Amino acid sequence: MARITAGVASSHVPLLGVASDFDKDRDDYFGPIFAGYDWTREWEKAEKPDVIILVYNDHASAFDMKIIPTFAIGCGERYKSADEGWGPRPVPDVEGHPDLAWHIAQSLVLDEFDMTIINEMDVDHGLTVPLSMMFGKPDAWPCKVVPLAVNVVTYPPPSGNRCWALGEAIAKAVDSFPEDLNVQIWGTGGMSHQLQGPRAGLINKEWDNMFLDGLIGDSDHLRRIPHIEYLRETGSEGIEMVMWLVMRGALGKKTRALHRHYHVPCSNTAIGHMVLRPDNGEGLDMTGSETVSAIAAE
Amino acid sequence: MITEDPKHQDIHEYLAEFEDIPGTRVYTAARARKGYHMNQFAMSLMKDENRARFKADERAYLDEWPLNEEQKEALLARDYNRCLDLGGNVYFLAKLFSTDGIPFAEAVSTMTDMSFPEYREMMMNGGRSPEGVRSIRANAASSGETNEGAR
Ligand SMILES: [Fe+2]
Repeated sequence: MARITAGVASSHVPLLGVASDFDKDRDDYFGPIFAGYDWTREWEKAEKPDVIILVYNDHASAFDMKIIPTFAIGCGERYKSADEGWGPRPVPDVEGHPDLAWHIAQSLVLDEFDMTIINEMDVDHGLTVPLSMMFGKPDAWPCKVVPLAVNVVTYPPPSGNRCWALGEAIAKAVDSFPEDLNVQIWGTGGMSHQLQGPRAGLINKEWDNMFLDGLIGDSDHLRRIPHIEYLRETGSEGIEMVMWLVMRGALGKKTRALHRHYHVPCSNTAIGHMVLRPDNGEGLDMTGSETVSAIAAE
Repeated sequence: MITEDPKHQDIHEYLAEFEDIPGTRVYTAARARKGYHMNQFAMSLMKDENRARFKADERAYLDEWPLNEEQKEALLARDYNRCLDLGGNVYFLAKLFSTDGIPFAEAVSTMTDMSFPEYREMMMNGGRSPEGVRSIRANAASSGETNEGAR
């Protein structure tokens, strides 16, 4: 059976894609940001996930104002990198997993999440930047991807509680997929940033780190943070962090942190990154090195 | 499993709170309606041929869209705060930033009271602190308390 073995959270600032594409990722400005992902790149090589369920948002690329799905799942065979006004990023096509994606979509609808199904679309920096951060610049991405797009642009976006519950339902759906698959779920976007108005440039290190802390362990208090708090405390675009809660919700009652990274600034944004393991007695270590401690911790 | 019944949120109260955040225009349905054509215009700049036509004659290109005069003027002037007031959204307006060939952060800085170098400097120093920019109401109350005059 398929199972979710880990959760990864990461900012998806477009400038990180530019840095990667133009080999600026180790310069003075970007070096400290990318250094925080070195651990994860090695870890991903050992984990070898088959599929990533990648929770992200589209930034006026595949979706314009004509149609605004709150939750949409990509069930297509493959996705091309979107032209966001500078030409498409020179990254490999993203290969989908239609069998798993359709299985999740159907299960979610039965579970009363009224999903929008996408069969064809281009994917923008929201999806391709996290892949670059975690995998570098391979000729082909090392795994398949199920895109899960969340509306965090037009208000109201879904509540944190709803995002968390969606994550729980996704985990259930993955569990009932018959094929043996090592599945990770990634939550992307954030952390604090505001890209508009006289208050632009807002960063809240304290709040961001409170949020990172809250992802670890068995507390679920983050799901009850109202939108107004994200707006006031983390800037108008900090609301993207609700997408991290889909990831967290899918990891079950308890998690432990394997890796954590925080850096200010990247352009207008605070970079946050975390790798989490579900910690509910599953013994989910894919590398073989942590199994003993995972079981001992029970 | 939901451990606590989330309280039903009243949409009027929900929206009213957004107006209490200093220097921020939350992209509500009301703004999205007002700015529909402005954002769809910006979206059209994703295509090379449209960018070329826009650059050749901005006014003529804008006249093809059902925009009001105020919206056209705000776009021509690259007055992005005004664009936000008239329903523009920053992710859509970003298509205009890239048509102009200016970095996202530079366009963002024009909405603040800082020059781009000053804005960049602020970001390098950890960004804008949330201190004092959380709530218009709270600011008014505290300036009342300390008698520092109204803002
Ligand atoms: Fe984003």
